[in-house]
Amino acid sequence: MSYVTKAMLLIAVLGLAACNNPDRFGAGGAGGAGAGAGGIDSTGLGGPNDPTSVAYFQQTLGDRVFFAVDQSTLSDEARATLTGQAQWLQTNSDYALIVEGHADEQGTRQYNLALGARRASAAQNFLVSQGVAASRIRTVSYGKERPVEVCSTEDCYSRNRRAVTVLSMGAGS
Amino acid sequence: MTYQSPFGLLLAIGLVFGGLLAAPAVAQNGPLRIELTEGVIEPLPFAVPDLVAENGAAGEFAKTIARVIASDLAGTGLFREIPASAHIGRVDSFDAPVAYADWKAINAQALVTGAVSASGDRIVVKFRLFDVFSGQQMGEGLQFAGTTQSWRRMAHKVADAVYSRITGEGGYFDSRVVFVSESGPKNERAKRLAVMDYDGENVQYLTDSRSIVLAPRFSPTGDRILYTSYQSGFPKIYLMDVASVQARALEDQPGTMTFAPRFAPDGRTVVFSLEQGGNSDLYTVDTATGASGRLTNAPSIETAPDYSPDGSQIVFESDRSGTQQIYVMSAGGGEPRRISNGPGRYSTPVWSPRGDYIAFTKQHQGRFHIGVMRVDGSEERLLTASFLDEGPTWSPNGRVIMFTRETAGAAGQSSLYSVDITGRNLRPVGSNGAASDPSWSPLLP
Repeated sequence: MSYVTKAMLLIAVLGLAACNNPDRFGAGGAGGAGAGAGGIDSTGLGGPNDPTSVAYFQQTLGDRVFFAVDQSTLSDEARATLTGQAQWLQTNSDYALIVEGHADEQGTRQYNLALGARRASAAQNFLVSQGVAASRIRTVSYGKERPVEVCSTEDCYSRNRRAVTVLSMGAGS
Repeated sequence: MTYQSPFGLLLAIGLVFGGLLAAPAVAQNGPLRIELTEGVIEPLPFAVPDLVAENGAAGEFAKTIARVIASDLAGTGLFREIPASAHIGRVDSFDAPVAYADWKAINAQALVTGAVSASGDRIVVKFRLFDVFSGQQMGEGLQFAGTTQSWRRMAHKVADAVYSRITGEGGYFDSRVVFVSESGPKNERAKRLAVMDYDGENVQYLTDSRSIVLAPRFSPTGDRILYTSYQSGFPKIYLMDVASVQARALEDQPGTMTFAPRFAPDGRTVVFSLEQGGNSDLYTVDTATGASGRLTNAPSIETAPDYSPDGSQIVFESDRSGTQQIYVMSAGGGEPRRISNGPGRYSTPVWSPRGDYIAFTKQHQGRFHIGVMRVDGSEERLLTASFLDEGPTWSPNGRVIMFTRETAGAAGQSSLYSVDITGRNLRPVGSNGAASDPSWSPLLP
């Protein structure tokens, strides 16, 4: 390996390390939070390797589960993801959560709102069954209003039919 | 052939001669009349010369009002304008006798003449309608007075009268549409409530784009709007007064989502969906007292309710059978009966203001359709087909349906379209940019 290559690797490693430095995300650090200007709460994301961080919850555990067309039944994979979320939430009990239910665009607007609510509720019920206090969870349906993928093929639709667990500080109870 | 118009018999005599030259838009041996139930193959040719300006201040309106009248009539697909460049005759005085030969020569079957006078911020518009081939005036002359800002409305009222006299049915031009104006990328669409004239003119925005808004619905008198907004962070129904643009939340039970509202014909009761614990059912609320009631109690999705014009029944969609289908029940609740029976999924039913049809969205084999069926589910007819058509709304006379059409892909956009209930005359409706979820007002007073 040439010196040049080694040097580049070293830079890359330093770069990654920098990414994991909680200070990059402000005074709150990993998982920290504080009321910003205008009453907006900001929550530090932290890094995906810090098990107490929001980034860990989102990326390492996975903050979302996916559904079949028109369905709100949780797959084995979805249950595994939600089980991981529930364990994390019991350890990190300062967080409140909103479960967002979403649908793909292949449906009418009102039906998709109702379907998104079913999906959010399915995820919420599973989290509660795994020991997360019901008082920490709210649900909201976005129907087909907020796709993450914008193409009009099943590839995108399958990632839009989802329930996403969104964390915020201040569980209160 | 029916003779509902009081002057129909007179016109029939005239057309014995005139009908030979006429295009087959009207029955060959009848009065000047379009039978909408039979479907029109060839539009009826008409002429609308510029109005006579009765004073200098009226000059600017003489042409523009004539253009709006012509655009309204031609836009129905039932009429075809013979342009001014082809006119032989001139109308220099509103009260001078009509030179029928000049209009016959260019094959104009209907002639609309008018005059306008203006004084300060007031204008007066007069018009007469003539059956050219019978050499008869059709109905009485009419006069509309109003402010100069309402000149388009006066043109629409003239066109409504002309349409009504020739078809025997109510018009729909002097009406408004409330809709959702859209902007921004598909994954972060900004949505604002807006109203416009039925033809896409005079767009006014009622909300800003900070909160998602969905599916606005006019009250039966057109002075209030129900809609769903995320302004609290959660979808809730709001009731807005159009004149003051003030809105209030209609229902506020924490932990629930309310959506899909629709006024009863009494203008006071609202039927809507309320979701709790993941399950959506139908409820009503009295907008005056706040008293609410529950209409359905099922583990399935019940949504998109709409009243029959007499207020006695509610049509809605439910997936209780496993897929979305259309059901009708008593306005007080009770056992619903399923009316949709074809292959595919049926949703967003809306009852025609005439009471004769229910329009719906249908999904079948990866396509979306707007369709109509009789209120017992018979005579299903699909009017459109595309990647995504949804959310029909009826014109005030129950002859035309407006809906949302969305194109596919990352650059996909929503826009408004209208189509005749015969399936003819599919056309885009202007809305000053991307738009969805139209709701048609009643005819304005």
